[in-house]
Amino acid sequence: MKSSVITFPGSNCDRDMDVALKKFGFKNKMVWHDDQELPKSDLIVLPGGFSYGDYLRCGSMASKSKIMKSVINFAKSGGLVMGICNGFQILVEAGLVPGVLLRNKYLEFICKNVFVKIENKENSYFKNLDKNVFEFHIAHNEGNYFCTNEQLKEIEDNNQIAIYYCDHDGNLDNENNPNGSIRNIAGIFNKEKNVLGMMPHPERMIDQSLSGEDGAIFFKNLINNIK
Amino acid sequence: MLVNEKIAIEHGLKSDEYKKICKLLKRIPNFTELGIFSAMWNEHCSYKSSRIHLKKLPTKGKNVIQGPGENAGIIDVDDGDAIVFKIESHNHPSFIEPYQGAATGVGGIMRDVFTMGARPIANLNSIHFGSPQHKKTKNLLRGVVHGIGGYGNCMGVPTVGGQTSFDSSYNGNILVNAMTLGLVKKNKIFYSKAAGLNKPVIYVGSKTGRDGIHGASMASASFDDKIEEKKPTVQVGDPFTEKLLLEACLELMAGDSIIAIQDMGAAGLTSSSIEMASKGNLGIEIDLNKVPCRETKMTPYEIMLSESQERMLIVLENGKEELAKKIFDKWNLDFAVIGKTTNTKNIELFFDKKQVAKIPVNTLVENSPMYDRKWKKSKLPKKIKFEKSKLKNLKILQVLKKVLSSPNICNKEWIWRQYDHTVMGDTIQKPGGDSGVVRIHGTDKAVAATVDSSATYCWAHPLTGGKQVVCETWRNLISVGAKPIAITNCLNFGSPEKEENMGEFVECVQGIGEACKYLEYPVVSGNVSFYNQTKEIGIKPTPAIGGVGLIKNYKKMITMNFKEAGNQVLVIGKTEGHIDQSLFARLVLDEKNGPPPEVNLFNEKNNGETLLNLIEKNYIKSAHDVSLGGIITAISKMCIKGNKGIELTIPKFLINEIEYFFAEDQGRYLIEVSKEDLKNVIKILDKNSVHYDLIGKIIDNDMIINQKTKVTIDELKSYNTNWLKEYMV
Repeated sequence: MKSSVITFPGSNCDRDMDVALKKFGFKNKMVWHDDQELPKSDLIVLPGGFSYGDYLRCGSMASKSKIMKSVINFAKSGGLVMGICNGFQILVEAGLVPGVLLRNKYLEFICKNVFVKIENKENSYFKNLDKNVFEFHIAHNEGNYFCTNEQLKEIEDNNQIAIYYCDHDGNLDNENNPNGSIRNIAGIFNKEKNVLGMMPHPERMIDQSLSGEDGAIFFKNLINNIK
Repeated sequence: MLVNEKIAIEHGLKSDEYKKICKLLKRIPNFTELGIFSAMWNEHCSYKSSRIHLKKLPTKGKNVIQGPGENAGIIDVDDGDAIVFKIESHNHPSFIEPYQGAATGVGGIMRDVFTMGARPIANLNSIHFGSPQHKKTKNLLRGVVHGIGGYGNCMGVPTVGGQTSFDSSYNGNILVNAMTLGLVKKNKIFYSKAAGLNKPVIYVGSKTGRDGIHGASMASASFDDKIEEKKPTVQVGDPFTEKLLLEACLELMAGDSIIAIQDMGAAGLTSSSIEMASKGNLGIEIDLNKVPCRETKMTPYEIMLSESQERMLIVLENGKEELAKKIFDKWNLDFAVIGKTTNTKNIELFFDKKQVAKIPVNTLVENSPMYDRKWKKSKLPKKIKFEKSKLKNLKILQVLKKVLSSPNICNKEWIWRQYDHTVMGDTIQKPGGDSGVVRIHGTDKAVAATVDSSATYCWAHPLTGGKQVVCETWRNLISVGAKPIAITNCLNFGSPEKEENMGEFVECVQGIGEACKYLEYPVVSGNVSFYNQTKEIGIKPTPAIGGVGLIKNYKKMITMNFKEAGNQVLVIGKTEGHIDQSLFARLVLDEKNGPPPEVNLFNEKNNGETLLNLIEKNYIKSAHDVSLGGIITAISKMCIKGNKGIELTIPKFLINEIEYFFAEDQGRYLIEVSKEDLKNVIKILDKNSVHYDLIGKIIDNDMIINQKTKVTIDELKSYNTNWLKEYMV
């Protein structure tokens, strides 16, 4: 399986994503933002970080880079595109997934483990996972997901909510909503479910010495789903 | 403008220093030259009051690749890998403008590390604020934490450890010390020594603006009522540009184009160019019209003294300019050939085709002033006679509650949660433990790092305090299973022109030196920050020590959380009941006097090495050093983190319960061992003559003391975690 990770100026989780993808069997290539063409890939990842310093709005300048034209075409033709953290912000700015990401409710950067719940498994990312609640890790300043009521209705009608922040047992409540996201949304799909944007970093949880191993479960399952 | 003594004094120079400049030059300097002298001769850059004492520190050892004198120190961690590290202060700017001051402190120290070819892999910090009740404290704390996070998070370097304290002596002068560790291959280290004639001198990074002019001079003076006016001397950070600069420099460093490289930190283009020339025993010629400027009509004086951030100076091999430019263009950074190396041993500056400065390099460096300032020796304070009956009547849980929820003991998660501590995917011990630990990427090895200071001990008796801080870092490294290798120090003191303050400095340095020598734990880098003083009030002496150690197999790393009910808990090291200068004495008895706990270097070394041996043999389930707050504070933290209880039985001693639990005797650790291993552990402790007390057994939910006092771990946790959260709301 072939994957590509795009490096934008200011990306800083690109190496971590490269390490994780390779660990679970992807043949990964790093792609420079200023390139025009994507290598042949089964999965494109927009990694976390601070592309263009998060100046203007997080992800907005990166969403206009040269490579993004190819990424958008790839997504529109049904290719799998996953954006993590800043990558999610770029997807939102590029219009590949609906909504916006505002500053965290308490106006502070948050770095910690959180629980997330997966409801919709009818997609290439989550199908065949044998549990619903995962412990993932977040590290962001602008992860407060927001959209209009009409958008929210559409998102819910189309089953586009990918993951929710929740407690250990999968209950959604305010206390376990780290950044104030509407409906506890931590990740979202496009209508066709081939584009996934999420704030948590599965690549930081790929062995037992790190914050946890649920990221490993996610990646192992992902490569099997793509095969 | 014509220069005279009055203008020189306005630049922070002393009258006799100005006379010395005229004598060295055999003429009166022009305005630009005076600016350069004032930048190079201030305390911050010249170490004129401290040099004579710093020379006495042990700086060599079998693992030391580079000691003090370069951008950072370097130690060997086997297999061709080396760790580059240093700590640096950014106190003055952080008090004036906390966000930018702290942010650029973090940026500056990272630049020091990647200048040497190392990719930064961990950040730490030591931050000290005034009394929580002081009107400025909350905003300063918030600003500093946001600044540290704002810069480090954007760079993608995990902040894995640190220390925060509150004390009214910092009301008018907070301390912000930032430390960075980087990883480099031993054969790919870069230094700042220029070599060869007519080599191109390259400027890369951000453009030069008018920010930070005289920043280093500001850091070399006390504050007065007009500090707000100094805001323009605070630099503004741009972590995004620094991230690009890091990647571009490392890309260029992968080849063989660079002869020497130096970041533009304090005193900007002035100190970077002069240091490179001085180390290479060369001259340097710069055309200031070629320096990329952010603002129009900048004068030579402003260009030379700007402390704009995210800039580097490089001496390249001839013919490599195009290749280097391509890399910096790719990363959208400025690149300009601004001069060349010469054999004149002068720094020569040109502007609008005219020479605007010509100074022999050695006058700025070797001939810079050095003072053996007067200092006052301090006496060991008399021990306080605490009333035994008064101690006996104290309720242990009430005292414990007070201690756990006090600002200097309470849980600091509100702070470190705002730092990305997991980026780079190698953080295996997060903040909140004894040391932060990161794996050396792709290997079985891990590096542990800690930063500590004990200002109250140093204030009570500087010599003992200096020793104690070194030992505390040593213990924090050992507690996670790391072999301590070397330290970096950030020496924060008041005015060296006052005999008492200078005495504190001299004796703390002496204490640090003695401990480092005995523990074979050399000093490889550091920084001195004097004049942490507002008008006549100075800070408590606060040497912050950053210790670095190696874990050969990261799977053997130890954490402090209690692991399993049924396991036994031991205290290693003897508890004499030293209450003077303890947190308990200050907080509960309101007693600020007395001597700090004695430091016995033999016991420190023996206890620490024995514990490392036990860890190596896989006997240790958890470990934690005993420091501020004594045994019961340390145990509470192990319970809280492990979500386990403990049944405590106090050994029969002459000292009473309170003394036993809250004393701050040195050289002690708490360890958890399984029932099965207990016999073997005791055998090894006995064989090495290490004193130990069997103190308790791990249980599920409660802390039970002597079968009579009981408290749930949840309750302990709420005492410990609530204070800071509530304070910052």
